[in-house]
Amino acid sequence: MMTINNLVNENILPKLETTHNQHKDQKGILEVQDLSAWYGNALAIKHVSLTIKSRAITSIIGPSGCGKSTFIRCLNRMHEVSHGGHVEGCVLLDDKDIYARDVDPVVLRRRIGMVFQKPAPFPTMSIFDNVGAGLKLTRFFSKRWEIEEIVEKSLRRAALWDEVKDKLNQSGASLSGGQQQRLCIARAIAVEPEIILLDEPCSALDPASTLKIEDLMRNLAEQYTIVIVTHNMQQAARVSDMAVFFMMAPDKAGELVEYGSTSQIFTNPREKRTEDYITGRFG
Amino acid sequence: MSERVYLRRKWLNRIMLGLCGIAAASAIIMLALILGYTLARGIGAMNINFLISAAKPVGEVGGGMRNEIFGTFILVILGSVLAIPVGLMAGIFVSEFANPKVATAVRFAADILAGIPSIVVGVFAYAIVVQPMHSYSAISAGVALAIIMVPIVARTAEESLRLVPNSMREAALALGITRWRAVVGVIIPGALTGIMTGIMLAVARIAGETAPLIFTALGSQFGVQGLLKPIGALPLQIYHYALSPYRDQQQQAWAGAFLLILLVLGISILVRWISNRKHI
Amino acid sequence: MRLINDNGPEAKSLMKARSWRYNPSTHFADKIFSNSTLIFAMIIVGILLSLVIVLAINAMPAINKFGFSFIGNSSWDAVRSVFGALPAIFGTLLSSAIGLLIAVPLSLGAAIFLVELAPLWLRGPASFVIEMLAAIPSVIIGLWGLFVLVPFVRKPIESWFGSKLGFLPLFQGPPFGVGFLAAGIILAIMVLPIITAMSRDAMRAVPDQQREAMLALGSTRWEMIRQSVLPNCRSGLVGAVILGLGRALGETMAVTMVIGNSYTISSSLFSPGSTIASKIANEFSEASSGVFVGSLMELALILFGITLVVNVIARVLLWRMTAVKGTME
Repeated sequence: MMTINNLVNENILPKLETTHNQHKDQKGILEVQDLSAWYGNALAIKHVSLTIKSRAITSIIGPSGCGKSTFIRCLNRMHEVSHGGHVEGCVLLDDKDIYARDVDPVVLRRRIGMVFQKPAPFPTMSIFDNVGAGLKLTRFFSKRWEIEEIVEKSLRRAALWDEVKDKLNQSGASLSGGQQQRLCIARAIAVEPEIILLDEPCSALDPASTLKIEDLMRNLAEQYTIVIVTHNMQQAARVSDMAVFFMMAPDKAGELVEYGSTSQIFTNPREKRTEDYITGRFG
Repeated sequence: MSERVYLRRKWLNRIMLGLCGIAAASAIIMLALILGYTLARGIGAMNINFLISAAKPVGEVGGGMRNEIFGTFILVILGSVLAIPVGLMAGIFVSEFANPKVATAVRFAADILAGIPSIVVGVFAYAIVVQPMHSYSAISAGVALAIIMVPIVARTAEESLRLVPNSMREAALALGITRWRAVVGVIIPGALTGIMTGIMLAVARIAGETAPLIFTALGSQFGVQGLLKPIGALPLQIYHYALSPYRDQQQQAWAGAFLLILLVLGISILVRWISNRKHI
Repeated sequence: MRLINDNGPEAKSLMKARSWRYNPSTHFADKIFSNSTLIFAMIIVGILLSLVIVLAINAMPAINKFGFSFIGNSSWDAVRSVFGALPAIFGTLLSSAIGLLIAVPLSLGAAIFLVELAPLWLRGPASFVIEMLAAIPSVIIGLWGLFVLVPFVRKPIESWFGSKLGFLPLFQGPPFGVGFLAAGIILAIMVLPIITAMSRDAMRAVPDQQREAMLALGSTRWEMIRQSVLPNCRSGLVGAVILGLGRALGETMAVTMVIGNSYTISSSLFSPGSTIASKIANEFSEASSGVFVGSLMELALILFGITLVVNVIARVLLWRMTAVKGTME
């Protein structure tokens, strides 16, 4: 197998075409077209094009500083929240460019949720209020039982319900790091997004907590599309269906090197740079 | 030779460090002197009459500062009602919405305003409120106290808002919450302790202010008659009675000082306790 | 690979139901909120500007009548309606100078003690005690000054200096107790906590490596403070002192109560006098004529101008220090 694949590898062009076709016949939920992003005058990523598949886990890997986080923040317009952040290109969700003028980033972010590297429960709110925060702050009128129902459902989906059901009124800050991160996932789920972006969600966690979050991701992928940035290649290999490899170009801007199914990227990379990274030759 | 140089250095070191210690000790002794004397004389002059009865006409013995205590209470409320919204909103603007240049400008303006002598603020309040209304009034004093209070509230609010980590802002926005709801629902609650302590410090400051009241509140022998009439205030009455030749009024000035110092230092100690608890 | 097309009708309808178009109402609220915070912030700037304008307009009767002679004239005659600011300006500068002369060495010493010498357990409480001194209302310090400090200044201090050094113009005249010296001492007490707190913060900002490097060269602690700590936070210390000066210049109540309120210029520290602030406090409610009020307004304008300049200098120095600290981190 390997040898045949390696042989195919020599001839890049036909293989590229096949992967392209392969993407065409699977439904993509997000289509990124020629996306570049800046911080002020500094180009962070350039000319990224790819299609993210629905109800799958797509992992984004690459050495640090290659623009993985910038890329994922462009997908729900969190990049423009950073000082001086702006983009060019399009990201199509349901064939509609999320950067179009009439798209409201606030509404968009309810459809594309995000969980950050450092667990960020709102410290002044109870566990219950944390999960309900998105609902309470986006709607003016919600019935208490409605919120209760959604909070319980979200906590169950985030596999946190059994651990916190007796202390819903305690502060979110009283939980362990791993629990806090699952709380943040529950909080993101509660507003019922279609896509969840995870920006290195496990980098601050111990291995046991990491494992729990990985299991959780696999379960969530039945209902949600998940995009995860990770610096941990084993994690990408374990959990994701598709993998994207980013690297820094000589001009310090991140670029997409290779995109394919996780098994293909890890066992049979087409690009020399991918192979070097995966086999640990640098980075 | 080098032995002598060494000895000189050693003694210089001891002397200078000793002087620093003496300087610190003298500051603390100063406080103890002022505090101790005021509390001792004040508690001796304090009685129930002082708290519950109105001032007697000049020359008569007895009476108290009931009306002035009530007046200070009203003036502090008035100043706070005017100043807290302005200070808080300005703090939110600088911390959450302003671009760096505008933020620096507003911050600078607040710092400069905080440094303006309170007597000048009093003159200003006289010019913009007392003159047009042709009357000294509680409201003019409230305006003066509010101007003193605003920069304190604004700066402490801004500083405590900036202490809320950016990850909270991002987490809120990523939930699809609009900016103003994120500020009101997530960021302000996170900074509430700091904002509250700032407000309390500002209250402590204006409760003891006297200079801007002399020609705005003026003082009143008839008790509290409404916001458009002159009004008495505790610090103002302390000032008037301190300069009085009557021993009974001087005694009352000490009792008033005792009350005022309890109020102001009580707030300072409370603030200290709250902010210490927050760090644990 | 999961193939897509299992979105289901339910999910589809959910997507449709959720418009993601620009929702004018949510953004309207956002706009209103951020703009109203802007308006409130502008109120602060507006107060500052209108202070200048209002004082200048109200001072016009005096400015028109006296012009620049107001600053150089030393009479204050309500009957003839001739007013001048010189004794008040002189008194303000002299009492502040005495105050700083006493307070600066004490505050720097206290700050050095708090940052470099005090055992850790003592630093917090000692700082707090000094900050409490700043919280005591000015009128109470004045009361204490009037009943405790003034008799003390009159009897031991002024009598002693008068009898031993009375040949110097500085110490001539009868010992009143009230006067420039008492005002200066009171001001020293009042600015000491401010200068101490600000210079303590400035010294704290000096990185520990600077201290360690100096000690490693075999310096004593004083040499370390003198050659490594103090030079590194000089602009912060100067800013702290100037900020204290700003406070001293504008301080009203305590000074009014102990300075004696005579409108004179005297070379003697024992002489009673006036400051700009005490003059305004004493005369304002008695001012009748337009020129009289105008003169007091002009005094307020002068005081505003002086403290404005002083405070701007202090803030710039202090901000430069924090900016430097920011780049070092």
